[in-house]
Amino acid sequence: MTPSPLLPSGGATVRAVNDEFHGDLLEVSMGPHHPSTHGVFRMVVTLDGERITKLKPVLGYLHRNHEKIGEATSYLASMPYTDRLDYLNAMTNNWAYALAVERLGGLAVPERAEYLRVILAELSRLQNHVCLAGFLLQDTGASGTPLMYAFREREKILDLFESLSGSRMMCNFQRFGGCRTDASPAWLAQVSSLVGGFGRFLDEFEELITGNEILMARTQGVGVLKGPAAVSAGITGPMLRAAGVGYDIRKVDGYGLYPRFSFRVPIGAHGDTYDRYMIRILEMRESIGILEQALRDIPAGPIMDPKAKLRGFRPKPGESYGRIEGPKGEIGFYLISDGSANPYRYRVRPPSFVNLTVLEDLCLGHTIADSVVILGSIDIVLGEVDR
Amino acid sequence: MLGSGLLQGLGVTAKNLVGSFHDPKRLTTVEYPEQKTKLPEAYRNFPFLVSESAEDPMGTLRCVACQICEKECPPQCIYIEKSKDKKPDATGKMQIYPAVFLIDSSVCMNCQICVEVCPFDAIKMDHEYEIATTERFNALLLDREALAKPNTYFHAIRPEEAAEVDGRLAAERKAAEEKAKAAAQAKAAAAAAKPAAPPSAVPPKAEPPTPSAPA
Repeated sequence: MTPSPLLPSGGATVRAVNDEFHGDLLEVSMGPHHPSTHGVFRMVVTLDGERITKLKPVLGYLHRNHEKIGEATSYLASMPYTDRLDYLNAMTNNWAYALAVERLGGLAVPERAEYLRVILAELSRLQNHVCLAGFLLQDTGASGTPLMYAFREREKILDLFESLSGSRMMCNFQRFGGCRTDASPAWLAQVSSLVGGFGRFLDEFEELITGNEILMARTQGVGVLKGPAAVSAGITGPMLRAAGVGYDIRKVDGYGLYPRFSFRVPIGAHGDTYDRYMIRILEMRESIGILEQALRDIPAGPIMDPKAKLRGFRPKPGESYGRIEGPKGEIGFYLISDGSANPYRYRVRPPSFVNLTVLEDLCLGHTIADSVVILGSIDIVLGEVDR
Repeated sequence: MLGSGLLQGLGVTAKNLVGSFHDPKRLTTVEYPEQKTKLPEAYRNFPFLVSESAEDPMGTLRCVACQICEKECPPQCIYIEKSKDKKPDATGKMQIYPAVFLIDSSVCMNCQICVEVCPFDAIKMDHEYEIATTERFNALLLDREALAKPNTYFHAIRPEEAAEVDGRLAAERKAAEEKAKAAAQAKAAAAAAKPAAPPSAVPPKAEPPTPSAPA
């Protein structure tokens, strides 16, 4: 019996499959332990020579019942679990979840806490994008140097997170109705000095890599995603904007205090991998502007809603959806309360997972080496894809 | 010109390479374990139980086995059994204490929620991170002997928070003493006014310590 190319191979990593139109094809199972897949993710790729004729993503290796755990524990106890969704951006995950619960419970957030959230979210965006740029270059074969430069800057931001929240990555910082601890003036001064130096780092990073001919050859025209296709697939975040659609939830929803800040939304012209790289660089420059405004305007005051209580939070029956513009796209939490201490339904809208759905469309016709670069430019974190 | 972008990039790496030899501040790594970076005060790792004295840690645990942390712990890694007898707590009030207090550190996810919900400042997050063991099972299940650390250690790792907690506990202790004294005086005055009345069997009730959110 001829094995169907539709089915992923069971045991062997590479095997020959026969297709009546293409003749001899080769099925390669990349992953789940392939270092280029950014985690435990498997791509079953059918190759005609070097060209990809079919790509089947296989997910779920990191599935850990996140949503069911959220329904079995109290509202507060889900907060540290949200750190583990997109483990690069615990701060924005916390904010999206806190936003959903605050809408459910009718809690107000003091102004200082809102400013702190903006500062932390933009710092999180900086370290996510700088990480992505480094990893994307690692995927193209720029082994080591750009990634290490990127990680050098990321580490400075993580040190700030650590001195404020206690943990570099699993911050668990936001609370319903505010933030957990207040930022000291010394901490804010450290953020200012980091923000002041970040533009210089970006200049250096761009000098290192943006004009590099090898990077251009590897990324320009590779993995083109057009705007209408991106919209119909529900793509959000930098990937959607690289495809030429100006949609940023910070502008559309105006959650938090974002309407107060002036910033631009960069938009790509081609929707290829190089655009997706450049969009991140440009967004980082806008984030620096937002951070400067936030650090200039942050007021003194309380950081918690006096109505908010830590334990025994029981919102009225109802439902809410809180979404923010995470560094990877729209991260949303949908909650249904039945009046008890646990949510009746707890649903995560993960940007990585939704953005990953177009992987096959982007990869078809490109070489197998390009699939690694395209996957890198989508910016997935498997903790969020599999949940 | 083709290749100019490449050369420009190589210039950046060369600048960084040479710069790291001239300016020690450009070195971003430390030689662990010979050198260690200083941890920020807020750094958290696994929780520990605060005891008042280093000599008798089991007798002076601040924990009163109220089991709030056990209930609120997100991964449910805490197990507490209440004692049958009572002994005085930090404010001098007779309290039960944890006969068994277990934390499964292989399950704990260092989220600090136990610390935030504790009304008695009895559980705090540690700074210890070199905690590798050669045994997978029992060595990771920490009992109260392994968890208890004296207040002086808490002061050493978190000076600001520990000073704030100590000040609050001292104020509560003083308030409780004054209240007990006032109650005793009132009782004596009542006894003097009505010598025929039988003495009350119920001792004056001390005010329970007001739980306040940890800073």
